Parts: sequence; C-alpha cells; structure tokens
Amino acid sequence: MAHYPTRLKTRQIYSWVGRPLLDRKLHCQTYKEMSVKKEGCSTEIHIQVGQFVLIEGDDDENPYVAKLLELFEDDSATYSKKRARVQWFMRFCEVPVNKQNLLGRKPAAQEIFWYDYPACNSNINAETIIGHVQVVALAPGEVIPMDLKNEKTFFVKLSWNEKKFEPLSPELIAQLDKLQEGSPRCQKPLEAKTKSTESPSWTTEHAVKRIESRHSTSKSRQTPSHPVTPKARKRLELSSFPRTPNTRISQQISRASLDSPGRTKRKVAFSEITSPSKRSQPDGAQTSSPALQAPEKTGEIQHSCAKDDKKASPDCHMVLRTRVPALKTTEISEERTLTPTRGGRKSSVVPLVVLKPENIRKRETKEPEFRDEATSTPHRIRRKSSLLTLNRIRQQLRFLGNSKSDEEGEEFLPAAEISDSGSEEDEASTHPLPRRTHSSVSRNLRSSMKSSLQTPSKTPKKTPEPRTPRHATPRIRSRNLAAQEPTNTLEEARLRLHVSAVPQSLPCREQEFQDIYNFVESKLLDHTGGCMYISGVPGTGKTATVHEVIRCLQQAAQANDVPHFQYIEVNGMKLTEPHQVYVQILQKLTGQRATANHAAELLAKRFRTRGSSQDTTVLLVDELDLLWTQKQDVMYNLFDWPTYKEARLVVLTIANTMDLPERIMMNRVSSRLGLTRMSFQPYTHSQLQQILVSRLKHLKAFEDDAIQLVARKVAALSGDARRCLDICRRATEICEFSHQKPGSPGLVTTAHLLEAVDEMFSSSYITAIKNSSVLEQSFLRAILAEFRRSGLEEATFQQVYSQHVALCRMEGLPYPTMSEAMAVCSHLGSCRLLLVEPSRNDLLLRVRLNISQDDVLYALKEE
Amino acid sequence: MSGRKSKSNSLIQAEYLSQVQRILRERFCHQSPHGNLFGVQVQYKHLIELLKRTAIHGESNSVLIIGPRGSGKTMLINHALKELMEVEEVNENVLQVHLNGLLQINDKTALKEITRQLNLENVVGDKVFGSFAENLSFLLEALKKGDRTSSCPVIFILDEFDLFAHHKNQTLLYNLFDISQSAQTPVAVIGLTCRLDILELLEKRVKSRFSHRQIHLMNSFGFPQYLKIFKEQLSLPAVFPDKIFAEKWNENVQSLSEDRSVREILQKHFNVSKNLRSLHMLLMLALNRITPSYPFVTAAHLMEANQLCSMDSKANIVHGLSVLEICLIIAMKHLNDIYEEEPFNFQMVYNEFQKFVQRKAHSVYNFEKPVVMKAFEHLQQLELIRPMERTSVNAQREYQLMKLLLDNTQIMNALQKYPNCPTDVRQWATSSLSWL
Repeated sequence: MAHYPTRLKTRQIYSWVGRPLLDRKLHCQTYKEMSVKKEGCSTEIHIQVGQFVLIEGDDDENPYVAKLLELFEDDSATYSKKRARVQWFMRFCEVPVNKQNLLGRKPAAQEIFWYDYPACNSNINAETIIGHVQVVALAPGEVIPMDLKNEKTFFVKLSWNEKKFEPLSPELIAQLDKLQEGSPRCQKPLEAKTKSTESPSWTTEHAVKRIESRHSTSKSRQTPSHPVTPKARKRLELSSFPRTPNTRISQQISRASLDSPGRTKRKVAFSEITSPSKRSQPDGAQTSSPALQAPEKTGEIQHSCAKDDKKASPDCHMVLRTRVPALKTTEISEERTLTPTRGGRKSSVVPLVVLKPENIRKRETKEPEFRDEATSTPHRIRRKSSLLTLNRIRQQLRFLGNSKSDEEGEEFLPAAEISDSGSEEDEASTHPLPRRTHSSVSRNLRSSMKSSLQTPSKTPKKTPEPRTPRHATPRIRSRNLAAQEPTNTLEEARLRLHVSAVPQSLPCREQEFQDIYNFVESKLLDHTGGCMYISGVPGTGKTATVHEVIRCLQQAAQANDVPHFQYIEVNGMKLTEPHQVYVQILQKLTGQRATANHAAELLAKRFRTRGSSQDTTVLLVDELDLLWTQKQDVMYNLFDWPTYKEARLVVLTIANTMDLPERIMMNRVSSRLGLTRMSFQPYTHSQLQQILVSRLKHLKAFEDDAIQLVARKVAALSGDARRCLDICRRATEICEFSHQKPGSPGLVTTAHLLEAVDEMFSSSYITAIKNSSVLEQSFLRAILAEFRRSGLEEATFQQVYSQHVALCRMEGLPYPTMSEAMAVCSHLGSCRLLLVEPSRNDLLLRVRLNISQDDVLYALKEE
Repeated sequence: MSGRKSKSNSLIQAEYLSQVQRILRERFCHQSPHGNLFGVQVQYKHLIELLKRTAIHGESNSVLIIGPRGSGKTMLINHALKELMEVEEVNENVLQVHLNGLLQINDKTALKEITRQLNLENVVGDKVFGSFAENLSFLLEALKKGDRTSSCPVIFILDEFDLFAHHKNQTLLYNLFDISQSAQTPVAVIGLTCRLDILELLEKRVKSRFSHRQIHLMNSFGFPQYLKIFKEQLSLPAVFPDKIFAEKWNENVQSLSEDRSVREILQKHFNVSKNLRSLHMLLMLALNRITPSYPFVTAAHLMEANQLCSMDSKANIVHGLSVLEICLIIAMKHLNDIYEEEPFNFQMVYNEFQKFVQRKAHSVYNFEKPVVMKAFEHLQQLELIRPMERTSVNAQREYQLMKLLLDNTQIMNALQKYPNCPTDVRQWATSSLSWL
C-alpha cells in the first residue's frame, strides 16, 4: 500500500500527550497518546495507542481504517516527525475488483477486513490521522448487525491476505476485544475501581459514540444465542418518548412479574417486551453521566438516562429493558446488584461509592406492593450506602423533572424502603420458616429469604464456559409425563421420609453446625486457611451438616456479612483413583482439564502464589480415607496447601473413623491436619424421634408410639438416620397394602413398623434352611453330626458324605449318590449357608457352616 | 393300539409331537415372562409397587432380590418389568439398564455399559470415550442433572449383585445408592443375588445408603404345589392347533400326576431339589424320549429321566476304565485303608499292584512299568486321582504324592456293575488281606 500524503483542509494541530517513553533500541521517543486540535475550534480529539483510527486516504468518503499500534517521533524522517505504526484494515471497496468475488457473498455495509499482508508499509505519518472509530471483531458464527445507523462502527469478521478471505483466529478476536476494552475511551465498566472516578473529556458527539461502542463491545463478548437481540444484556432507560402504550405495558408486566417468586420468570417477562432495536432513538440527545456507571462485573448493566427536550407529554416513563441471552448470567448479575461484593470490596461496612440507580429504580417498582408490609417491619440499622443511594435517587428524579406520574410514587417513599434491604425484610417477615439463629437477626432474615428464592448449591461466581464438545453436559432425557404428586397422606409422608428430601433444617445437630460454621466463618473473616476433620459413623448427618453450613455461609456472603468464597466439593468414593482428586478440584476451581500430575502442579502453583484479591476457597473432601495412597501424597498436599498464607484454603474433611489420622496417616500428614476435629455421635433414640417428628410436621400419618418404637429400635442397632427413615417408609407401604380400601389408609401403627423392622433386620438364614429341600436339610444334619464326631468346626466333603450315607442307612432312607450330594453342597455353598472351598477339590473340599450350629439345629427341628 | 395305526396317522402324530416338543422345550429352556408365577405373589406385589412408584412418582428406591439359584429371581423381575411397561404412562418414561456381574467384571466396563444403555454416548459426539475417571464424572454429572419430577427414571438391574460388591472400593454401588438417596435423577437399583450374606459384603457407607429392602424368594412351596407346577409345565396351551390332540395330551398329563409311580419319582426329585430348573431338566429328558408311535409321556419315561438325573458321574467314568486301571484304583484303595488316607505315589501303587499280580493273578497280565505309568496318568487326566502339589517339571513323576478322589463305596458300587470284571480282581477288591 502506498504512502498517504496529507491533504489538510482545515489546519489541524497535532501534539503529543503524556510523557515520552524513550525507546533505546530505535533511538526514538514513543508516546501513548496524541491530541488533535482543529484550528478555530475548541474540540480536541485524543487518540491513543491501541485504538482504531481513520486515516486520510485518496477517497474522502471512505478514509482508511487502521489500528494504532505505536506513536513515535522520528527525527530522521524528513517529511513529518510525528510518525505512527498501524495495522491496516481493508474496506471491501479497497479489495482489488477481480478478487472481490472471492468473498462469495455480499459484504455488509460496515464490514471491513483485517489486512494480513506483512509486505504492506505500516509506518505512516501521524498527522494523517483523522479521528478514531469503532471496530468490532466478530466470531465466525456471529451475524453482522444490520440495523446500525452509526457509521462510525465497523465490523471485522474476516481477514484478507491478498489471496483469500479467512475467518479471524480466536486469538485475534480476543486481542481486538481486549484492546477495545482496555482503552479508556471505551470505558468498559469493569471491576476496575478507578474507572468511574476518571473524568474523560469528550463532546456530546463522542458520548454517543461511546455508548455505541459500549454496546458493541458488550455484544461482541456475548455468545450469540439470540440473533435479534445480541446487545446489551440489561438496559435501563429513562426515556420520555411518546411510545406510551409499549412502555406502559412493559411497566405493568414488570410489576406483575416482580411479584412472582422466581427471578428468572421476571427476566423472561422483560426480555419479551424489549424491542429489538438497540438504540431507541436515532439522534436523541443522550446524556450519560459518568456517575451512573456501575462497576458491574458479569452483566454490565447499560443504562442511560435520556431526556428529550422536545417532549410533548409530561409523562416520564421508566422502561426496564432486559435483553437476556443467557438467563443465568443475568440472574447472577442481579444477585450481584443486590449484594455488591465484587472486586476488592469485601466487607459490608464499606458503603457503595458508585451507586446503581437502575437497581434502586427497580426496587421502586417493587415498592408499591410491599409498602404496607414494609412499614410494619422493624427498622434495622440503616447503612450509609442506603442513605447515599437515596440521595442519588432524589437527585436523579429532580434531574428528570418532577413530572413523574403519581402511580409510580417514588418520591413519597420512606427512606427505609428504598434502602437495599427493605424489600428483603418484607419478604422475610412473611416467611414462616423458623431459622436457626447464628450471628445476627438481619442475616438470619436475609438468609431465610434467599433460601426460598434460589438454590445455593453452587457459587454463582463461575463464569460460563464456552460450550465445546469436551464440556458437553450430558443429562438423562426428561420424562414426557410429569411425575405424579402424592395424593394421600401416606404418600406425602413417604415423600417427606425419603432420605433425599432435603429438610428445612437439621434438627439435633445444632452444636455441630455451630462449631463448623464458626470455624469456617472465622477463617473467612481472617482470610486464612485451615483444616478440619469430621468423623462419625454413616448416617449421622456429617455431609448434610456441612452442606447446611455452606448454604448458610453462601447466603451470608450474598448478604455481605462474610467475604465471598468459592466452594468445592469432592468425594473420595466418586473418584476412580486418589490422584484424580486434583483433576476434579482444578476443574471445579477453574474449569481447566488436565492430567492428574499436571493438575497437582497447577494447583500447587495456584495455592502458593496467588494474588491477594482472590477469594477464599472452601474445599469439602468427603470419604477422606479413600484418598489414602502408599506415599500419602494426596492427603499431604490437601493438608499442606492451607498452611500457605496466599492459599486461603479451608479444607473440611469427612470420614467414618474417629482415629483415622492416627491410624493411617503418617506423622507429617496428621500434623498438618491439625487438631480441629469433630466427631458426630450416632443419633440417640430421642434425636431420631425428633428427626422423624420434624419431617412429619403437620402430617398425621404415624402413631406416636410407632415413631418412638422405630427410633428406639434404630438407636439400639446403629443410630443411622437413613435406616430410620427407610424403615418408616417401608412401614407406610405395609400400611397401605394392609388397608385394602384405597383412599382411606389409616395411621401407621406399631404392628406395621414391627413388620418393616423384621423384614429389614431379621436374618434370612433360618427361613432359608426351613425352605430348603429334604436332601439339603439332611446334608446339614450330616455336617452337624460330623462336627460333633470330630469336635472340629470343619470337615471335608468326603467325611460329611460318609456321615450322610451312614445317617440315611440308619433311618432306612435311600442315600444320595456322590454327584447329588455334591450338587447339594455347592448349592448350599452358593447361598452361603456353608462356606466351601472351590469345587475342584472335589472330595477333599473343606466345608464349614456359615451360621452357628444352634441356629441350624433350631431351623431343622421345627418341622 | 399302536400296531393298528395307519401310516398317515403316525405321520400326523409325528408332526404333532414335534410341535409339542418345540413348545415345551421353549417353555423349559427360556425363562419367558409369560409363564405363571408360583408362590411369589407377595414378593411380586412388593416389587411391582416399588417399580411403579419409581416410574410414576419419581421416588428413588433400592432393593435386593435374594434367593437360591433357580428360585425365580430373574423371572420375577422380568415379569414385573413387563407389567410395568404395559402401563401406558410408564412406557415412554422409563429407562432400563441391565448389568450382569459376570459380564461387567469391573466398574470401568460397567460404566461404559451404563452409558451405552442410556444412549449417552452420542452426547459425547465424535469424542472417543475417555478414561475411566472421565467416564465416571461424566455419568455422575449426567445423573446429577436430573431431579425428581422432570427427569426420566432409570431402573438399574444388577444381576449377580454380589460380584459387583467385589469391585474396587465398591465405587459403582456407592454411587448408585448415593443417587438413590439424594435428590437427583430418580433411580431404582435392583440387585439380584443368591447370597444370603450379601449385606455383609457391602462396605459400611455403601450399606448405610442401601435402603435395606430385601425380597426373599425361598421356593417355599410344598409337594402338592410342586405337583401342580409339574402339571402346568407339561400341559399344552389352548392355542395348540389340534384341539383333540391337545386334549388327549393334557388328559395324559392329568393321569400321570395321579399315577403312584410318577408321584414317587417326583417326590424323590422334590426331595433332592426344590429348584424348578431341575424339574425342567427332568421333564426335558422325559420329553426327548417320546417316540411318534406313542406320542405321550409315560411313567417309564420319567423314570428313565430321573435315573439320568441322579446318576453318579464318577461311577460312570469308572465303568469305562480298563482292567489295569481298575486294578490300580483297587491298589490305591488298599493303600488308603492301610495308611489311613495318607497320600501315595506311583511307586507305592505299582508295588501294591505287583504284589497282587505276582501272588495270585491269573487273569491279569503283568504289564511293564511304563504301561502301568501310562494307565496311572490316564487316571490323573480323568481327575480320579489328584496330585497334592502342583506338578513341577523336574520332579520325578513316580514319586509325586497323589490322592484318590473316589470313595470306598463308590469303588465297590462301580465294581458291582463293572462288565466282565475278573473274579480275582473283585475278590482282591473286597479284601487285600486274603492274598497274604
């Protein structure tokens, strides 16, 4: 490409901005920024390295497009001392005509091509730069938006190397995107704390452009799940255009949907009512105040408060616009806005520096419904942030004019209600569930509210991964017909008694819960790490208690009472091999996949040297004893990582045996595990009874005596809560069977429960012997006789057979042949009534009884 | 009666007979779920209710069906599944996974089989199915995704359940039971096993997750019911093409069941084994003996079949031995008597045999030592004698210690029936001392 001569129409003054950086190798000074000032005009354009610029060319209509790579002063150049290095982009019209057909389609209006031709001269005169422009890189699958009116945005999708068009490589796209985001002009409202305080200077015209750019960048980062609305995920606009019907409807819908318990539903409602056009008005004077920019991380909530000067109607409508390509992400983003603990802000006492009016305004729409209840709720300590928020809202409203319709009524709201916890309190007060009390009332209320709204199973932190075949999430196909709901009391009881039914609270484990909660909470607050070992026989609620703790902590974290943390769970039984634990942890932590060895290295690196801004990780290792290896390196690492200060790792381990650390661990491992131990005792009968009663609350399906009976039975046997529930479940079935009339099944009585207990616990050996054939029984008799004769508990088959023959002769019965006797012997052996050697030993195989001789005698006697 | 039959008549009879044999053989050999259930109605009801709750209500369950071999465990579950699949609302909504402990010998193959049967492998697309660890997490993830109300219930049927308990760490069982006890995809885990001590095989945490439901099948019927089963198994169905023949056949079966000798045979068979499979065996053998000339089962057929069933296999082998080999066995018997079951070697047997031949034998030729050795090795191949230790290459075979795998009574019985046994050999067998 040729050198472009400068053709100045109006004189422009180019000057460097910022201190020069001396490039020692090239003996020139490089700059980061350049300002262009038109003579006789006060506007000033700042151009920075990394931005996309327009460069004067032969065609005034279509100036060249390029990306600025470098600005430097070259003293050796004769023509101009201000030089720039650029990466060129080609317009379609610049492609040679005979090669234009290689594209194979009609180019989009604003489409340009990455010019991948190393021979091209990229060193230009800096004074040929006209201004900056917006270029958006699109992945191969994305569609170039056609409805854009702004000519200052270009889209790059393919690269052109003078031979053929090729799709952009993902690295390139990422690079382009990154550059865009990185440049301060584009003002990505990312987590950078300083961004919003920065006050860049631009003209109104640039402001429009900037909004535009933000839209386009946000779009380019999304997955193109919705081709029509791939734009900003959520946009809140205060506009006053005469689009009354539409907006009114939208408002109503939004109101209505706000009442619905599921947040996702509300999103759907919003997304349905949004219009596909990105910019609602072509050239309305949009003003965007920097203060409104919220430091959002996940879904950058775009909002702009626009005000039309020429507005005809006095009504100022609020339009809540949400475009939701992925419901989940927006949901997360909304959660975030309620409990804004992103970035470096860890503790709840830090007030919001930058407010999120969209958030507050949304709440305003919520308020009318809640107002009555809210006034009755006790006032909690109002936070600074809420006051600040309130002031901001007032300012905002004043700014918008006093013409709000009264039905909105925001101005008249009491302050407490606008505070960001007002509505939560409302919901909490109506929430009937009694929650356990741990630290403060406010957290309690909040947590109970949250639990009703969301599933806390995983931390909402994880960024959605791209869907590649490797990450394919399999699932069992769903059923065509919905599962039936229980129809009578017994079925309802059975549902509640199933072990999988998650109880609202765990009775009888309050002390353990408190201990674990305090442990983890203290570690979270101190930003340190630690280990805890939890032991107890199966079915004593170890895992359930830890899950409960994590759930409460996650709610607390959302409520900003404890720092945020990442929760990972691994189970030794769900691993094929101890070293796989690294793979699982790494995958859950970062989404990466690696081999076991590599994963171990990566994790070690991560936990030893990581930035201070990282959240604490809480790792639950279930069934710890299965991670035992010869060298115990897995256990060692698990307990070693928390000792690093940077790791901020809290490891909770669960196993069955109390003395596991002493028994199987080396000293260096058990030493790192520390002495924070907890032992879950088997449930006593009163505790089991309490568990059953709490599950069967308000449901009269069992007699009181029956519950007590089963609790005592199980407590005497094992104290396993699962057993207790299973027995009760079985008893309901027996009860249902025994009552032949459908519809009116009675209560489960002690008789039913006893039957269930018998079924589950009675030994089947005796019935098996009673039901065995005559020959089998006489063979057992012969064994007993042989044992008595020899005084040993073991005999060879030959001995038993001869004894058998002798017995038969004595009683005058026909005696069996050897083959028959052998068949009987192996049959009894396969049932494990007898313990026999492999039958290749034939006559010499040794036979033992698997049950006591008394039992056999007892079973044989009762004929 | 048969003599007067015309040729065409006998042809038709043969045609019928082959049809009868086909129908009955199919009944005896295949465990078709069409047959009736005998004496397991209570267990059946328990199982079918359980399966229905899983299929319709999405309730996870686990159950073990325990019973000795041939007690109808597989038949029971097949019956239940067949009935379950006939329910319209269940038909489309249930996935079945059949595993067998003899085929899926470790968790790795079991996981692959589960994935295949759940049709999840196409989710992975072109990806070659990964390592064991990947498969496990893949499957667990898949099952974890579901919930009670919306996911399709999966019924896992684990045949030879006890063998799964021997897998490393019992990973598969733990995970299956864990799913059945947590709010994931609804599953019903049904294990079939013949071991009564199955619960002791499970590790404590696996055991805790198992719901402890056990369905016992014990063959708890008596002889009258056995007789009824016999009749039912032998009767021809109503759909048989020739009504008259079928009627005659069924009448014959009825009269058989009232026959005293037949009852005796059946009682004897019943005493040995209550197993329905052994009854099938007996009937099959009897069925094969029917000839077209008289195409009905007779008591004699059953008698012969019973004899075949209760035959001593080793005595049969002894019948086929040569006189030299019989002599060696007798020599071993004497050695056993003298040394009280102590093991012997070839040299001892040979010496004993030499003593017999030198002293009194007129009918037995004095074979060379290598010939006797050959006979001895033949006995070893027939597993009538067994070396005490493993045969090593450089050990001298003459001095390897052996044990006889025949009982004295067996030897004597076999000699009684041995065709053309020389008298002096028989006398030698009864007493070793008579030659002194």
